[in-house]
Amino acid sequence: MKDSAESKTKNGRRFYGHGIPRVKCAELAGKLIVVEGADGSGRSTQIAQLVDWLETSGHATVQVGLKRSTLVSSELEKAQHGNILSRTTLSLFYATDFADQLDNIILPALKAGFIVLADRYIYTLMARDMVRGMDEGWLKNLYGIALEPDAVFYLSVEPEELVQRNLSKNATLDYWESGMDLGLSRDMFDSFLKYQTAMQTTFRQLQKTYGFDIVDANRSIDSVTKELRKKIRALLEK
Amino acid sequence: MKTFAELNFPGRLIAVEGLDGSGKSTQIYLLKRWLEAEGIKVYFSEWNSSELVKSATSKGKKRELLTPTTFSLIHATDFADRYERHLLPLLRAGYVVLCDRYAFTAFARDTVRGCPPEWVRGIYSFAAQPDLTLFFKTDLEVSLNRILEGRPKLKFFEAGMDLRLSADPYESFRIFQGRILDQYIAMADEFKFVVMDANENVEKQQVIFRKLVSEKIDLKKFKRRSPLPLPPPLNPENKTQELEGDLAAV
Repeated sequence: MKDSAESKTKNGRRFYGHGIPRVKCAELAGKLIVVEGADGSGRSTQIAQLVDWLETSGHATVQVGLKRSTLVSSELEKAQHGNILSRTTLSLFYATDFADQLDNIILPALKAGFIVLADRYIYTLMARDMVRGMDEGWLKNLYGIALEPDAVFYLSVEPEELVQRNLSKNATLDYWESGMDLGLSRDMFDSFLKYQTAMQTTFRQLQKTYGFDIVDANRSIDSVTKELRKKIRALLEK
Repeated sequence: MKTFAELNFPGRLIAVEGLDGSGKSTQIYLLKRWLEAEGIKVYFSEWNSSELVKSATSKGKKRELLTPTTFSLIHATDFADRYERHLLPLLRAGYVVLCDRYAFTAFARDTVRGCPPEWVRGIYSFAAQPDLTLFFKTDLEVSLNRILEGRPKLKFFEAGMDLRLSADPYESFRIFQGRILDQYIAMADEFKFVVMDANENVEKQQVIFRKLVSEKIDLKKFKRRSPLPLPPPLNPENKTQELEGDLAAV
């Protein structure tokens, strides 16, 4: 209460590792809320609902997400399209994209007292790499720059249900979301199920370390929204 | 951290490190010329040169978008791309790979920019150690003068302007380079740098460099084999035709 060391813990803020040079946790007044989940888990729908609800209630919000940085998003898109980068490179490219948004959007917004809604965070990035055989310790060091969010909701949907949702929306499955680069199966449908199952297993493994909230998103949009609101309301009243 | 030789790669990697203006690029170029003339399979790789990453890096630099963290990560991405797509396959194929700067450049610069050294080293831990690292050590004033003599227009990050050391780019560059030199000196033992007195003249340094390389690497093992023989023709009837074609080409 009397010195700065205590004020650091007062708002419960911490980076997972070394963090970002010269950034003080005590200054980060806003809230960082992360929604994780596969494509078709209802992430974007839920985030749109939350933004609507939060802004109507008088909270300022900012949204971030993967591959949205000014610095590398277009190059990353290009690289992914041609599938020309090897594992470590792609992983570091994504980390750069994340860091750019962390430094230039997330941290300044939190300083200004905004609620930051992140459409995926480091967990998806780590899970993708882990499924592809990259070293967990290496990834933990890399993402030691990340700020621990105030809440992380993982929208969990059974792979069989995800397939249905993706096909009804796009009539096709995404190359990367099917893990086609892994060579699990030449059949995209098969590969999708295998890949998403592996991703879920990895998420549950990461959950043990990072303790995020697993939300059953096999249910209707409304019941998921209700649960998220209830949890976020409690967080904001804290 | 093991070297490529210790990891049983058929190839070998030689890296040069040092400040801008230390003369390292000239020296590695002359080394390359010599190795090529000796018929050695040699490949030269520069810092910050991966095609795809380059466009993001130059955008970040031009618009001054980079923070210490993204500066570090984008250079690591560039390095990883070159490492995985060029260096590793070439080292597997028995090349002598020459690198103008290696991970140590990142260790020095990123640390000066305030990134934790352990974090940066952790990121680069996928890369093996060079078989020979030469540190071109000049007096700070010597390398500063070589660069600043012509009063060039210093780029923002090159001058370390992002560190707000001074409003004057030249003064900022001096302070920044001084700090990087301190980092290099502090790393020299840890990473077994061979220190080259880069205040010496070009010819003398090159003689020493070539001697060091031939002592460290059994160069005759890296000679290019004579050109591969032509594959036998698939269809024996075409044989004479192809031979004629070959003769015509000669």
